[in-house]
Amino acid sequence: MAGGGFLLSFRWTDALAAPLPESAAGEVSFNSYLSISPDNVITILSPNPEVGQNIKTSFPMIVAEELDADWKNVKVVQANLDTQKFNRQATAGSGAMQHSWDRLRKAGATARLMLMEAAAKRWNVSSATLTTENGFVWHKESGRKLNYGALATEAATVAVPTEVKFKEKKDYKLIGKPIHNVDNAEMIMGKPLYGLDVYRDGMLLAMIERPPFGTKIKSADVTAAKAMPGIVDVVVFKDKVAVLGKSTWQVTKARKLLKVEYEPDGAVESTTDHDRLMKQLLDKQDVKPSRKDGDVDAIFKTAAKVITREYQAPFLSHACMEPMNFFAHVRSDGVELIGPAQLPEDTRKNVAKLLGVELEKVTLEMTRMGGGFGRRQRSDYSMEAAELSSLLKAPVKVMWTREDDMRGGQYRPAMRYRFQAALDAEGNWIGYRMRGVGVNSGNSTRPDHFPAGAVPNFLVDSVDHKSPVTTSPWRAPSENFLGFAEQSFFDEIATAANRDPIEYRLSYLDKAQKTPVGAVKYDIDRMKGVIELVAEKSGWGKNKKVFQGFSAYFSHGSYIAQVAEIEMQNGNPVLRKMVAAVDCGVVVNLSGAYQQVKGGIIDGLGHALYGEVTLKEGVPDQKNFDTYRLIRMKEIPDVEVYFVDSAINPTGLGEPALPPAAAALANAFFKATGKRLYNQPFSKEEAMKGVNLGQSS
Amino acid sequence: MANYTLQINNKNYRVDVEEDTPLLWVLRDNLGLVGTKYGCGIAQCGACTVHLNGIAVRSCVLPVSAIGTKKITTIEGLSANGEHPVQKAWSELDVPQCGYCQAGQMMTAAAFLSKNPKPSFEQIEEAMNGNICRCGTYHRIREAVALAATKRK
Ligand code: FES
Ligand code: FES
Repeated sequence: MAGGGFLLSFRWTDALAAPLPESAAGEVSFNSYLSISPDNVITILSPNPEVGQNIKTSFPMIVAEELDADWKNVKVVQANLDTQKFNRQATAGSGAMQHSWDRLRKAGATARLMLMEAAAKRWNVSSATLTTENGFVWHKESGRKLNYGALATEAATVAVPTEVKFKEKKDYKLIGKPIHNVDNAEMIMGKPLYGLDVYRDGMLLAMIERPPFGTKIKSADVTAAKAMPGIVDVVVFKDKVAVLGKSTWQVTKARKLLKVEYEPDGAVESTTDHDRLMKQLLDKQDVKPSRKDGDVDAIFKTAAKVITREYQAPFLSHACMEPMNFFAHVRSDGVELIGPAQLPEDTRKNVAKLLGVELEKVTLEMTRMGGGFGRRQRSDYSMEAAELSSLLKAPVKVMWTREDDMRGGQYRPAMRYRFQAALDAEGNWIGYRMRGVGVNSGNSTRPDHFPAGAVPNFLVDSVDHKSPVTTSPWRAPSENFLGFAEQSFFDEIATAANRDPIEYRLSYLDKAQKTPVGAVKYDIDRMKGVIELVAEKSGWGKNKKVFQGFSAYFSHGSYIAQVAEIEMQNGNPVLRKMVAAVDCGVVVNLSGAYQQVKGGIIDGLGHALYGEVTLKEGVPDQKNFDTYRLIRMKEIPDVEVYFVDSAINPTGLGEPALPPAAAALANAFFKATGKRLYNQPFSKEEAMKGVNLGQSS
Repeated sequence: MANYTLQINNKNYRVDVEEDTPLLWVLRDNLGLVGTKYGCGIAQCGACTVHLNGIAVRSCVLPVSAIGTKKITTIEGLSANGEHPVQKAWSELDVPQCGYCQAGQMMTAAAFLSKNPKPSFEQIEEAMNGNICRCGTYHRIREAVALAATKRK
């Protein structure tokens, strides 16, 4: 059914994705990241995929800082996938900064030394007498200076120094400053930056009908669709049906005429099945613990008080504002890929394997992404484009509609947790047991999290149900819900022990520090630091008219404590404010960092309140934003963000703000109303009936 | 298929498309004006917002046949070099995160401010509530609309 070798002669307009700027004349390269032209343009390649985490701005800042460059002369260019030059071109696990911090600093610092060396030769002085400032090498004694461009050609021939000393934090001129997004000028003008903006001559647009989870195609009648105007071909492949044509609208219309029937091909599951299964798995016997300290069974038998609570989360859509899409052009001499990919190296590997071509024959150009949130770590949509391009022998852009994205896509796994705490007669926390279960969630726990080290009898394990429903990492995988569940539970323990939750937490962190049980894998001082900071900044417990809820969480190398503040207005609890204290080590870009934390909190609140994908016999009920509700402007609280002043190497910031947000809200909600929230979305909880947390409307 | 002459950003364009084609896809597929974004296709997110005779409309549900002689402005035509007060405010406050929703946000804001040059906080929220930002840049958007209001002459 595949079409073969159409000659396609129609032209798209010139709406091409932004091409890489041509390299400036005579530009010399210092290393993978950096080149400098004689007319003093400092070009810095940013190798990692940009999803809105602002890496395209933050990475070059680090190179420019150590180079002592003038930011005004820096031109940032998104690199293509290049495994020879770069390492870990990936957007995953908030890990980019931790991985690349030293590499980037070195790229700038070595080049700086080389420029100084070149100047020393030119002036016939010792390089020890030279300094750099804002893009110039200075010989202060004689008052001479040269800009980097003037020295670039000679400097590039200097041997690359093996030893460099990095700047101290106090000497930073760029790092820690609110440097604006390097793509702002293009974004505010509506320039083509995204995968969906890629148009090429002769390119076919493809939309694909995908089977409900757990089914395969029984029959497909494509005649009517194929006969529609503008349709070039209809292709059945891998239990999918692709409609290819020349315009989005023609393809959209033709697609509606497909008649596809499906039949079971494995388990065809509904949300009711998952609910039942997850409850059963909570009681599964003989599960191997992922961490065990002391004797949990014994302590629970003798405890004065046992608290048991369960928390459940639904599937979530990633709902990236830019739906999935990818461009592929499979030619006899090579494969060209363009589009949004969080793991471009995986994408290239998967495509090469699918087509049976050598890796070196596949090029991948990374576009700016309209959000990622983990969804674009998968290569399913890029492989679709490659397969169709190869079948039709034409350049193809696959586009998922919002409905495709929500119904045939990947989800945050549904999860359920059971927590148990044993207290003695004095309210001391002596035992802890926790199980996580989920649908394709893998290990849904973090066994070394607090209270590991603080509570002597400790057991954590997890059980996973394997399902045909496709899931993938969703911003702060597992932790996006674990953070809520765990931090809500701790609040209940403090309440049961009749203690203030912050004071209670600090006392157990103290215990873990002074008399640790087993390994402690989080930094207790840093955890205490953010808790104390958030208590101070939120005026914890001072204003008796507001109801505050606390949470504190460690993930992706960073520590975040949050306080939510609810005010009662005419008997209705209104979420006024969130205060966050953050320790992510050195803050690289203050503007980006603020927004990562604010956005993470808004995202965490929004999805906890409204997000839900339910399934009936393998088909999601939610199709679009009319039924899958995202948080809107009128519903957001104020958010205050405070960073710990730190000289420790920077850690992740794209994800850590999200997990604790919903717990701070739920704990404040409890203080205000006496009611606890256990299941997400909160909007469906009995306790939320008639409640409007938003400030206006 | 039918022929339409569209007045977009003060230029005339001739297109030959099916009459129920939403303006969004005419802009993107036929005219290369890809600054206007697709987010939902059902008038829920605002990513596709353009101006029709100065009024903000959702181009994903506006059939090309319904436009007639009305003037269309897209993000590409909001200003020649990004000097519209809204664009300046957006850039000054470093609003975009992923950036995908922002053309729609700015078009909504620009149309709103031309009707209501001195809006209150609540009016801004009301006007912007129809535009989704999945990245959660709402605080900055709100602030930028207020800032843009002060920049208008
Ligand atoms: S794409 Fe038009 S409102 Fe969402
Ligand atoms: S900036 Fe990403 S959706 Fe708004």
